[in-house]
Amino acid sequence: MQKLINKDGSVENHWTVLKTATGPEILQVVPGKNFIVPLTFWKLYRQQLDDYSGNIALWLESDEQVDQIGEALHSLPLVALNFPVFSDGRSYTNARELRQRHGYKGEIRAIGDVLRDQLYYMAQCGFDTFELRHDQDIEVCMDAFRDFKTGYQSTISEPTPLFRRR
Amino acid sequence: MYRYDNYDHQMLADRVAQFRDQTDRYLAGKLSEAEFLPLRLQNGLYVQRLAPMMRIAVPYGMLSSAQLRKLAYITNHYDKGYAHFTTRQNIQINWPNLTEVPDILADLADVEMHAVQTSGNCIRNTTTDQFAGVAVDELEDSRAYCEIIRQWSTFHPEFAYLPRKFKIAVCGTEIDQAATQVHDIGIYLIKDANGEVGFRILAGGGLGRTPVIGQEIFDFVEKKHLLTALEAILRVYNREGRRDNKYKARIKILVKETGVEDFRKKVFKEWELIKDSALTLTIDEITRCQKFFDDPDYQKLKNSPPQLLENLQKDLLFAAWHTQNVKPHKKPGYAIVTVCFKETGVAPGDVTDRQLEQIADLADQYSFGEVRISHHQNIVMADVRQDQLYELWRQLKNGAMSSHNLGLLTDVICCPGGDFCALANAKSIPIAESIQRKFSDLEELTNIGEMNINISGCMNACGHHHVGNIGILGVDKKGEEYYQVSLGGSSKNNASLGKIIGPSFAQEEIPGVVEKIVEVYKAKRQKDEKFIDTFNRIGLEPFKETVYAKAD
Repeated sequence: MQKLINKDGSVENHWTVLKTATGPEILQVVPGKNFIVPLTFWKLYRQQLDDYSGNIALWLESDEQVDQIGEALHSLPLVALNFPVFSDGRSYTNARELRQRHGYKGEIRAIGDVLRDQLYYMAQCGFDTFELRHDQDIEVCMDAFRDFKTGYQSTISEPTPLFRRR
Repeated sequence: MYRYDNYDHQMLADRVAQFRDQTDRYLAGKLSEAEFLPLRLQNGLYVQRLAPMMRIAVPYGMLSSAQLRKLAYITNHYDKGYAHFTTRQNIQINWPNLTEVPDILADLADVEMHAVQTSGNCIRNTTTDQFAGVAVDELEDSRAYCEIIRQWSTFHPEFAYLPRKFKIAVCGTEIDQAATQVHDIGIYLIKDANGEVGFRILAGGGLGRTPVIGQEIFDFVEKKHLLTALEAILRVYNREGRRDNKYKARIKILVKETGVEDFRKKVFKEWELIKDSALTLTIDEITRCQKFFDDPDYQKLKNSPPQLLENLQKDLLFAAWHTQNVKPHKKPGYAIVTVCFKETGVAPGDVTDRQLEQIADLADQYSFGEVRISHHQNIVMADVRQDQLYELWRQLKNGAMSSHNLGLLTDVICCPGGDFCALANAKSIPIAESIQRKFSDLEELTNIGEMNINISGCMNACGHHHVGNIGILGVDKKGEEYYQVSLGGSSKNNASLGKIIGPSFAQEEIPGVVEKIVEVYKAKRQKDEKFIDTFNRIGLEPFKETVYAKAD
């Protein structure tokens, strides 16, 4: 299991991310698990997923958009957003869209190239949990949430911008 | 000017500590080159041909004398004793040590300065007219809005990893001095039919490889919606801007490929969602920011005091400088002075630590302790008493800062080029110098009149060659440095992009080519016609014929 943290520390990782190349047979082979499946998988195998004995969440690639999930979004316990490389900033906007436009209340998880120096901004944009890249040190990463005491903007974690607070 | 409160200070202190930790981890081998890259860029640090280059942010060009003195100290203590004004109102030093950069940032923070987001794929320093607040043709002082945008864009968590860099300019004057239309977002202060002041917002302008004039996204936005409108544009760009090709990643390509109609629809869809959210500006906040730019304690004075008229009569050099470098001020008895840093033999925009200190002293003495950097790489003293102009000029003369070629052919805009920059195809500073040497006669320069030359050492266009009346671009021709010349560019209200005249030239040919262009203009101009107007009337052909004519 990959290392998972939230703002308060290390948390147990109950979910497994399925890669895009995975076929539907896995649902037969490995019953009763918690899978985060790719959007395409989720669209193609809805019936099998509905019948699955474990829990299902889904993840979006950075070039996929939240609108593509549709109505079923609110029944999902978790949506993961991928960072194919840490410098691809699209998932920040996707996280905000999930919260702001769609009012999504479930867990938003950062997956992929998730590194210490981006965690603070991710947390501001609505991410709750962070599945760290294998080489990341949890203790070093925990410092990230204290990088700044406050910011100027209206964000998901602090919707009131500084100019309304100062 | 804007002063930090505890919040601003705290954020900057946090940032300095953050970058110190990042630098430590990088030097200890715990952070890879690729992972450190965007972090150092967003703190102003490039690695260049000879050494790192550090770009220090000067928000919309404003500097206090205390900040100038700190910059002089940094230039002297950490660098080689000179700095460089950039075309986006910032300042660069060319020789800092990586290990000392966190210390430089801490020194800067002491005087409410930083190097945040001066580089990298994020929102850069917001620029404006260097005469903001004192110009005669101003609708409203643009600096309060620049400051509001500065705060919104600084450490914006959603927009730190955009497809590419992002530049915003604001213009509050009738005559656009901020090159507003060639920015990723260009903002004009305008009045609607009811006389209410708001914003007209363009997007998708830019120079670089594909020069484009921005297109209108919002024809009129109320003041309170400024930030929500910007956030909506940025959100569409962050999500949909191309990331597959660095050269197609700017917003101008997205606007072009999407089509402005569809792009506008997408922006409005985002805007509807946040338009009346907490991000809507309050009157209190606008007023708070405006207060920082209130008029200084102007004296009640009259225009054209007798001492001035007398000195203009008796000192011709002073008179020449006064004609070129002094502009009218909104208050009677005051004037706007531009100190031109285009002395022949000195790289355009270069300034020594000693000069920075002198400017600080002169600003304290003559201009309420503040100056502005212009995007023409010069320094503006915005509030000088007309009866003190002569004194000021004499002191500038002693400091070799009395060049009176402002706005003339030798007031060249020029990037650092191949002498310093790792991206350049060709040198640009020696080209500027060879032109300045060719046109050393002030009478002749004055006779030629307003005409600007912009030089870029490569297609990235830091010297804004596309909008130069004469644009010169360094190109690589089979390993040799060559120069492509274009004519008719302008960054003013009727912004236009220059047209390439023909095959490129060798370095030594350039002064002669410029001379021929000037000759054609002088022969064809009607009365007081400016070069750009003559060019627009007669077109490229006459210039082309003369420049490429075979010698008999």
